[in-house]
Amino acid sequence: MTDAYIEVQNVSFSRGERLIYENVSLTIPRGKITAVMGPSGTGKTTLLRLIAAQLAPDSGAVLVDGQNIHSLSRSNLYKARKKMGMLFQSGALFSDMSVAENIAFPMEEHTKLDAEAISNRVLEKLYSVGLRGAAELMPSELSGGMARRVALARAIALDPELVMYDEPFTGQDPISKGVLVKLIRQLNDSAKITSVLVSHDVEESLSIADHVCILAGGRVIAEGSAEEIKASDNAEVQQFLNGEPDGPVPFHYPESSSVADKVSL
Amino acid sequence: MKMVAELGAALLNWLESVGRAGIFLIQSVFRLPVRPKESLNLLVKQLYSVGVLSLVIVVVSGAFIGMVLALQGYSILAKFGSEEAVGQLLALALLRELGPVVTALLFAGRAGSSLTAEIGLMKATEQLSSFEMMGVDPLRRVIAPRFIAGVICLPLLSLIFSATGIIGGLIVSVNWLGVHDGAFWSLMQQSVYFDTDILNGFIKAVFFSVAVTWIAVYQGYECVPTSEGIGKATTRTVVLGSLAILALDFVLTAAMFGDF
Repeated sequence: MTDAYIEVQNVSFSRGERLIYENVSLTIPRGKITAVMGPSGTGKTTLLRLIAAQLAPDSGAVLVDGQNIHSLSRSNLYKARKKMGMLFQSGALFSDMSVAENIAFPMEEHTKLDAEAISNRVLEKLYSVGLRGAAELMPSELSGGMARRVALARAIALDPELVMYDEPFTGQDPISKGVLVKLIRQLNDSAKITSVLVSHDVEESLSIADHVCILAGGRVIAEGSAEEIKASDNAEVQQFLNGEPDGPVPFHYPESSSVADKVSL
Repeated sequence: MKMVAELGAALLNWLESVGRAGIFLIQSVFRLPVRPKESLNLLVKQLYSVGVLSLVIVVVSGAFIGMVLALQGYSILAKFGSEEAVGQLLALALLRELGPVVTALLFAGRAGSSLTAEIGLMKATEQLSSFEMMGVDPLRRVIAPRFIAGVICLPLLSLIFSATGIIGGLIVSVNWLGVHDGAFWSLMQQSVYFDTDILNGFIKAVFFSVAVTWIAVYQGYECVPTSEGIGKATTRTVVLGSLAILALDFVLTAAMFGDF
């Protein structure tokens, strides 16, 4: 295995009664784009939150750059997070700040740059996502695709080592998807960033990922390069990649025998 | 037996959430600001939205309550020929009780609910997570300025409430019902003391402000981040906040005025 930036080691995690991960291990190689795919509800976003230590696993460890992220103190954790950028599904732009202020915010918090240097860097980041002209707009004036690009510019404001993308393609039109695919690839290659992409858009994800993990039912069912995954003979993997309605994952949600008696409307 | 166990479990649950709320408050407020100038800006912004924007409802309610008090007080006092005492009645009722209590109830409805909804929506749209991911503590950035602004504003609003109440009562009793204004003011001056009346009322308002704002920001921060969850949290802020105010008011009144 090549140099791993993140190692997830035997992690189990449950939310209330529901077991989400059972003894999951996977590695995310440094400087590459890793796509984590799987059906909805398999806890892909949960994986990102475990990596960022917003959630703690029940057992097992997550090593980020060799450090067990869950054993850090609160202040060290905040330091470690400065090296991470996260693109949230909803964009999560601060609604009371303009686009430029949103991107300037992490720099104002964490760097000693003066106002002019910050505004230069904000414009530079906005240029890299093609939205220099939108600097003065408020988040409510942006389209969904633009909001996600602004959020991406904010995620890379501190030049992080790791960028996590939570469902970047969901709800985007084909043009925006194309733009995002291009941006993710470009960022990863030009700035030597490690990227983790959580998605269930098979086509887009396989087209840019160097390394792919497929999660289902709390386990990793396949891991490898995009070609290896496509060639996999695992029936569950093939069902997911080809979008077959019935297969190892049944069309019918499992029901108990007495359900016909219980449902009365 | 099962009932006892359930009661115990409910009590433990409640104690746990009180403990969590306490830790939450300590972590958000008792910290030195990293960027003092920025923190001051945030605080001023919150002082405006929590305090200044609550002024209208406080002033209007204060005036009306003062006017009603004067009318009611006059109709009874006039039977004993002592309608001049309406000034004393107004000032004592407003400064000791109605000022802090009614202002706090209005504040829970006007500012508390909007704090809860705002923080809850920030949680639902992942803005709070976003702060965490940028290495900025949302407790320090989002919660602290709102809490401090609430604690500063409510006692001041309660003084403004009492003052407008007295002016409202003055208009009704002196300008309309014809109470002698010299007697109105001099009886008030004779019977109102700074420490027992004004200061005690102010202390009450300080207690209420901590309780209401604490409940509001905690409910927002801990809410289930869905539209239903935010709705419920907002309701809880107003209900719990109002109950806390009334219960605290009884305890504080007993402590301040209870020794006969």
